[in-house]
Amino acid sequence: MITKRIIPCLDVRDGRVVKGVNFEGIRDVSSPVELARTYSDSGADELVFYDITASAEGRRLFTDVLTETARSVFIPLTVGGGINTLEDFDRVLKCGADKVSVNSGALRDPTLISRAARRYGDQCVVISADVKRVDGVFTVFARGGRDNTGREAIEWIRRCVGEGAGEVVLNSIDTDGVRGGFDLEMLRAVSDAVDVPVIASGGAGCVADFVTLFKTLPRVDAGLAASILHFGEVTVADIKKALRDEGVNVRI
Amino acid sequence: MIGIIDYGVGNLFSLRSSFAAIGEACVVTGDPAEIRRADRLILPGVGAFADAADKLRRSGLFDLVIEEAQRGKPLMGICLGMQLLFEKSFEYGEHQGLGLIPGRVEPIAKTVAPGLKIPHIGWNALQFRHKSGILEGVEEGSHVYFVHSYHAVGCEAFTTAVTEYGGLLTASVQRDNVAGCQFHPEKSGQVGLAILKNFANM
Repeated sequence: MITKRIIPCLDVRDGRVVKGVNFEGIRDVSSPVELARTYSDSGADELVFYDITASAEGRRLFTDVLTETARSVFIPLTVGGGINTLEDFDRVLKCGADKVSVNSGALRDPTLISRAARRYGDQCVVISADVKRVDGVFTVFARGGRDNTGREAIEWIRRCVGEGAGEVVLNSIDTDGVRGGFDLEMLRAVSDAVDVPVIASGGAGCVADFVTLFKTLPRVDAGLAASILHFGEVTVADIKKALRDEGVNVRI
Repeated sequence: MIGIIDYGVGNLFSLRSSFAAIGEACVVTGDPAEIRRADRLILPGVGAFADAADKLRRSGLFDLVIEEAQRGKPLMGICLGMQLLFEKSFEYGEHQGLGLIPGRVEPIAKTVAPGLKIPHIGWNALQFRHKSGILEGVEEGSHVYFVHSYHAVGCEAFTTAVTEYGGLLTASVQRDNVAGCQFHPEKSGQVGLAILKNFANM
């Protein structure tokens, strides 16, 4: 049977991995290529690279980092950040990405998903949604969590899957970087609404949070983590061992 | 020299990097002369069967791949490239494949239990069937990375590994010098690299 996936997420700015709390207060962490190798060696099932640079120079550094990582790490790589056109898909796929995640680009133009899915296949297109409760309603935010789009999240995610997105990354802004556990309520709502794999993101604070995630929500396929892994408090191997001990099927 | 056949389908970056990582020289090419010169061939592929088969025909490589395989040159199909090795596919209609291995390609939906997600995406364990050179030294139960909605059936005599996903899916096949992996060895970590190395020595 297919295993639950543990996916380290590397936010890259100007060629370095950084991580913030609640999408703000970014700190420098380390070299993406080195980190990617370390994660792959300790059992990461996949890696996500988010390009959070704004400048052309930063973008060039990002593609260099991606290319170098893809040359030495042989697990699936997903790339997101700044993906607005099919040319952006092309650019990162040529550097070794296997999947491309879209967020603000799809909010501006939802046909981006269907056009990309037609050209590269559904398996290549990931919808990444940044979601926050606004007056109790799950609401989609754009531009790295800065802009409230006013869109209801479940409806939006369903629509993206209908357009051809083959996977969903759900980032809860409410739990991001707080390390108090995944947003189970939000994840349940999304995984009940779609039939494609759902990846939980935002809130992992300790090994037990992953156990709770997969035990509570067996329809969730993967868990994403950044801060707890980057600072070395917990390794991917620790998470997987705990999951296996609890009877969750993982690749060890 | 390993020839990775380039017929305009899929991303060949990872395959090329994988062979570089295990110290095997390879060339990505759509040139018939170069394909004839290669010692062994990889047939990659992602996307839809009919589209890929058409592209292979239009690039004039369809018959060449058959010829080279029949001449005894080691050939490995990966993912959709493996599916192309069979006689026909029932992905959106009925389409002819290379016919190098008896069998047909059908939706996994006919095999997997209802309620499971399709495509079958992620890491799953190999259960061995017939012995295969490309799985030499790989431990049974090793996980490899899959992304697919179709798989080969009616090829039991040539099936070398299956994987369980609410039903058994064909994971790899081999008939003499022609092998195929439904999973992506170039995305399957150390296990995948070992499989590519085996192919390079086949």
